[in-house]
Amino acid sequence: MATITTRSLSGSSQSPRSPSAQPFLGITVTDPVKLGNGVQAYISYRVITKTNFPEYQGPEKIVIRRYSDFVWLRDRLFEKYKGIFIPPLPEKSAVEKFRFSSEFIEMRRQALDIFLNRIASHPELRQSEDLRTFLQVDEETMERARSQETGIFKKKPADLMQIFKDVQSKVSDVVLGKEKPLEESSPEYEKLKHYTFELEDHLAEAQKHAFRLVKRHRELGQSLADFGKAIKLLGACEGNSLGKAFSELGSKSETLSIKLQKEAHHLLMKFEEPLKDYVRAVQSIKATMAERANAFKHQCELAETIKLKEINLDKLMLTRSDKVGEAEIEYRELKAEGEEATRRFETIVRLMSEEIVRFQEQKTLDIGIAFHELAKGQAQMANEIADAWRSLIPKLEACSART
Amino acid sequence: MMGFENQGFEEAHLFSSRQEIQSLVLDEPLDGKSFSDYRSAMSSISEAHHPLSPPIVGIEVDDDPLLSPSSYMDRRNPNVSENSYLEPPSYADVVFSPFGNENGEANGFENSTHDSVKSEIISRSASSSSGYIKIAVSNPVKEQEISNSLVPGGNTYVTYLITTRTNIPEFGGSEYSVRRRFKDVVTLADRLSESYRGFFIPPRPDKNVVESQVMHKQEFVEQRRVALEKYLTRLAAHPVIKKSEELKVFLQVQGKLPLPTTTDVASRMLDGAVKLPKQLFGEPATVVAPHEVVQPAKGGRDLLRIFKELKQSVANDWGGSKPPVVEEDKEFLEKKEKLQVFEQQLSNASQQAESLVKAQQDIGETMGQLGLAFIKLTKFETEEAMYNSQRIRAADMKRVATAAVKASRFYRESNAQTVKYLDTLHEYLGLMLAVHSAFSDRSSALLTVQTLLSELSSLQSRAEKLEVASSKIFGGDRSRIRKIEELKETIRVTEDAKSCAVREYERIKDTLHEYLGLMLAVHSAFSDRSSALLTVQTLLSELSSLQSRAEKLEVASSKIFGGDRSRIRKIEELKETIRVTEDAKSCAVREYERIKENNRNELERLERERRHDFLSMLKGFVINQVGYAEKIANEWANVAEETSGYTKESS
Repeated sequence: MATITTRSLSGSSQSPRSPSAQPFLGITVTDPVKLGNGVQAYISYRVITKTNFPEYQGPEKIVIRRYSDFVWLRDRLFEKYKGIFIPPLPEKSAVEKFRFSSEFIEMRRQALDIFLNRIASHPELRQSEDLRTFLQVDEETMERARSQETGIFKKKPADLMQIFKDVQSKVSDVVLGKEKPLEESSPEYEKLKHYTFELEDHLAEAQKHAFRLVKRHRELGQSLADFGKAIKLLGACEGNSLGKAFSELGSKSETLSIKLQKEAHHLLMKFEEPLKDYVRAVQSIKATMAERANAFKHQCELAETIKLKEINLDKLMLTRSDKVGEAEIEYRELKAEGEEATRRFETIVRLMSEEIVRFQEQKTLDIGIAFHELAKGQAQMANEIADAWRSLIPKLEACSART
Repeated sequence: MMGFENQGFEEAHLFSSRQEIQSLVLDEPLDGKSFSDYRSAMSSISEAHHPLSPPIVGIEVDDDPLLSPSSYMDRRNPNVSENSYLEPPSYADVVFSPFGNENGEANGFENSTHDSVKSEIISRSASSSSGYIKIAVSNPVKEQEISNSLVPGGNTYVTYLITTRTNIPEFGGSEYSVRRRFKDVVTLADRLSESYRGFFIPPRPDKNVVESQVMHKQEFVEQRRVALEKYLTRLAAHPVIKKSEELKVFLQVQGKLPLPTTTDVASRMLDGAVKLPKQLFGEPATVVAPHEVVQPAKGGRDLLRIFKELKQSVANDWGGSKPPVVEEDKEFLEKKEKLQVFEQQLSNASQQAESLVKAQQDIGETMGQLGLAFIKLTKFETEEAMYNSQRIRAADMKRVATAAVKASRFYRESNAQTVKYLDTLHEYLGLMLAVHSAFSDRSSALLTVQTLLSELSSLQSRAEKLEVASSKIFGGDRSRIRKIEELKETIRVTEDAKSCAVREYERIKDTLHEYLGLMLAVHSAFSDRSSALLTVQTLLSELSSLQSRAEKLEVASSKIFGGDRSRIRKIEELKETIRVTEDAKSCAVREYERIKENNRNELERLERERRHDFLSMLKGFVINQVGYAEKIANEWANVAEETSGYTKESS
């Protein structure tokens, strides 16, 4: 499957196939298995890691993980690497009945594979201790860590969608100028914000049509199959040679129907899913932006407090020198905190500006591949359709020659 | 900002060339308006092209360089053309060439492109390559009913310009234009169905009384115009009907349609009602005239006949009495059954064809929407681009978007063609109606024959009965007559005897005069005389009684004779009726045979033409699919080629 091993940033030649020479971390998600029953049922995946990183226990490790483990990893990374666009996870199934459909499982498996490999190919994230934990610890430890984490992060809305919703309203409030909060307003950042929001809309629309296209392929496939059957039956009413022509047309229709179904699946996996992934990536940027906004706000608030403290300190120095010492310590602490906040914010800003370049390059590559797959699939299908019908022409000619 | 100036054009033509897409993508300024343009462009995709609506697509692309065969050839990948079907001019070119022709002559009836293409197919299939009739219905005009309409302006109707071009010698000319209204078409259809019983006459468009009320006037008129054109084209494609006097008159004669309008049902009913009493009283005039027999009774002109035939058909149905003539044509029955199966499959296939067309339409539309979404995205990325990677991506997107829009257009064009080809199925489904009515002509003719036969037999039995009855009466009469004759003889003999006696009496009287003197003899003579006189007197009285008896007898017998005469007259009348009915029967049988023959010929024709039409449908469908699939494959192959770098990079 799409093992996107150490995808290079600029598409330059960083070959993953030389494990001894270069640091190498390749992850594969395979073998989805349904476990448990009823509401408790879930899918577990086999996560295979191959690496030459010294931090890892060995060159190969296989663990069993479930979706919520992935969520745990994502949340941990999000907390620890502010400013970095954490690769998006596939969303939870919105519709219960699709949860265990083989197509959904396969799509999620593919997305999880991509998720881990993105982390593994990210210069910062690949160093993460949490990733190591995720890739190596046994199932019980993982479960403990997960339940602990959910305990700690309880006040945080567990659902990713909820985060995004909050973020969205917060940021859109800002954009619409509803709040007059402490928001950075550099034109560059404004542009980025605008870009991100617009991009999500456009992508969502494209993705919607892509999904519909998949559906249309299936429908056309179905129609062709039905048409083929009807034509065959009609052919049965006709005399020998014409009847044969009809029945061959019918059979070809049915064959093509299968091709269309196949292409629909290909389209779903290789074109629609990457587009959806793109949308999710943009949503991940938005989550990072929300963090940035928080950091900025925090920094501004602290600066404000520090300013007040400073005035207070000046006042105290004049009036009550006995309390100056205490106040000064408090001021220093605050100042340090303020500096820390500023540093944190600046880190986020720095990381984001790096990340956005990465993001753009990554997406050009991803979408390029998706486009290629789309074009290849469509060309192949159209060629197969052309070939199939073309093969009928001599027979039809012969049939009409006989009349 | 050429893109901006072109906006209106683009909305209408939906990116009909590559340049326009580019200008739209790159040159258009960013403002709110441009988005609404996209919207409208998109909605126009989804609205304007319903799967089965007559495709306008073919016309609007005529200036598209991508469609013209030459550029198509240029653009083909060498490896694709290798795959391509062997003959040098690609099938795609063959398929698309009709467009050019159609465009060239689409003068005045743009909307009829679709139909005239089909009419070509049909007339070709009619295997009369020598003679063609092209009929176009155009230019509907609303007119005022001149006749006694009480409400002014209340009665309007629409006339259509019917233009005919032909090279059939029977028409004696090459081009005609007449104005006709729908009523005239109804008349034509009625006349044709009367004159050509047993033929598969294409069905006339419905009157759609309800729709004419509900629908928008314009829309209705247009729909009817299309239907009329189709109908007339189909008539003109029929090998027999196209040469019919009725059609010729309809298409050629200027002014009011001279075909006698068959009286409408109401007045027919009235006619029938007037005739009815006479018919019921059994007047000789009501005997079905032979010339009427050849018409089906359903018109209501002849209520009694309807009743009779109805009774007959009921009798047939109940199966109690076996009708004298049954459908004995095994081959026909077999074919009829096969046709029924065929019809079922046909309707199924046509339904599936419809949903196939719909699915193809949908995939094309969605492809177009995807393309437009990417065009928007491309524009957005280009405008917002801060990094080179974005520009590269935008360029990729543009390729995909262009390919998707083109593919969408190919899908739509292909679909328009598919509709055209698969419409043969619909055509035949429509034709099945004509087959049905031809078959019902046959069965109604058969019914007429059956009715006449049973009537004949009942008439004959009645005549026989009457004859028997009257012969019995004659027998009685004869004895009475003999009696009279005997009496008369007796009278004659008696009279003879009387005259003899009178003569004797006279002689004796003379002798008496001679022998006056002979006194001796006087006494005896006197006694002789008195006895002779007595004899005479007796004889006289006897004579008078005999005469009175003879008179009585004569009166009685004349009475009997009179009754006999009327009875004889009745028998003779019955015989006449039988004769006429017999004529009618043989006429009806002839008509039935004729219809049978027509049915058979038409069935053969149908089979032959169906074979041909279906083959050309299949071929057209397949070639069209091949052509457009090749085109779509080319588009995507190009994009795949251009984006192939990405897979190399990632693997």
